[in-house]
Amino acid sequence: MTPAVPDLSCRELVELVTDYLEASLPVDERTRFELHLTYCEFCRTYLAQMRQVLESAGELTEESLAPEARDALLATFRDWKKGSGGGS
Amino acid sequence: MEPPSVSEPAGITTEERELAALRAGDEAAFLALVTRHHGAMVRVATTFVRSQAIAEEVVQETWVGVLRGLHLFEGRSSLKSWIFSILVNCAKARGLKEVRSVPMSSLGPEEEEDAPSVSPDRFRGDEDRWAGHWAEPPAPWPDARVESSELVALVAEALDTLPQAQRTVMSLRDVDGWDSGEVCALLGITEVNQRVLLHRARSKVRAFLEERLGREGLP
Ligand SMILES: [Zn+2]
Repeated sequence: MTPAVPDLSCRELVELVTDYLEASLPVDERTRFELHLTYCEFCRTYLAQMRQVLESAGELTEESLAPEARDALLATFRDWKKGSGGGS
Repeated sequence: MEPPSVSEPAGITTEERELAALRAGDEAAFLALVTRHHGAMVRVATTFVRSQAIAEEVVQETWVGVLRGLHLFEGRSSLKSWIFSILVNCAKARGLKEVRSVPMSSLGPEEEEDAPSVSPDRFRGDEDRWAGHWAEPPAPWPDARVESSELVALVAEALDTLPQAQRTVMSLRDVDGWDSGEVCALLGITEVNQRVLLHRARSKVRAFLEERLGREGLP
């Protein structure tokens, strides 16, 4: 006997990917999601690509501080230091 | 059997060390802090004002405010969230003065289009026995390209194409590594809104990458 769990379609799955990765799917939805992945290699590819996106985003380096902005901030800091009597 | 230990080693946190150095007027500590948060600060600021140049000014103003208020900071929140709350206040104040400023409501997903993550014509139609399943499935991206730095560059490019609120949320979460609670608190949005914005952003970034490298290998 198979339990009457309605199958998740690929179209539905792609909308649940973030909830899945954020671990915010209710248990039964999560089960349906994972069940679908067991037989659907296309959705496995989709999820793998999403993970590759996240990994790449994590490797993005911050745009560096422009020299003028850096100088302006240092000047602000020095002014503050003088004014507040902070520092040694 | 020993009960699991719950005590944390009582050490001085990195943040406490930074704060002490800052208060002592340590320039290197200040620059390190400025450099670390600069990208995220500019991005958050651009959520409220209309140009990159104004966002940069807001960041400058923020540091003035941070330094002036430093003696008042009591460590009830993290130094990072305190700095960013000052930033948001500066950016909002600035945004109000701007004629063409971005309204606050633009942070809510209701302002965003309700487009699906993947174009509907890539799935089988309702008359099909496999309705809703892939008709034009994604093809795995070539390993060589995934392993190169190309993907990172494409993600950067894709982020720039996103609507402001989506870009801010995805950048804070996935580039700067903030957790969802921090993002919600900073931007004043609910967990659900945050997740919707994040989902739309990530889906579009994936689609952008697919467009650039997924279909290229197809016949
Ligand atoms: Zn599928």
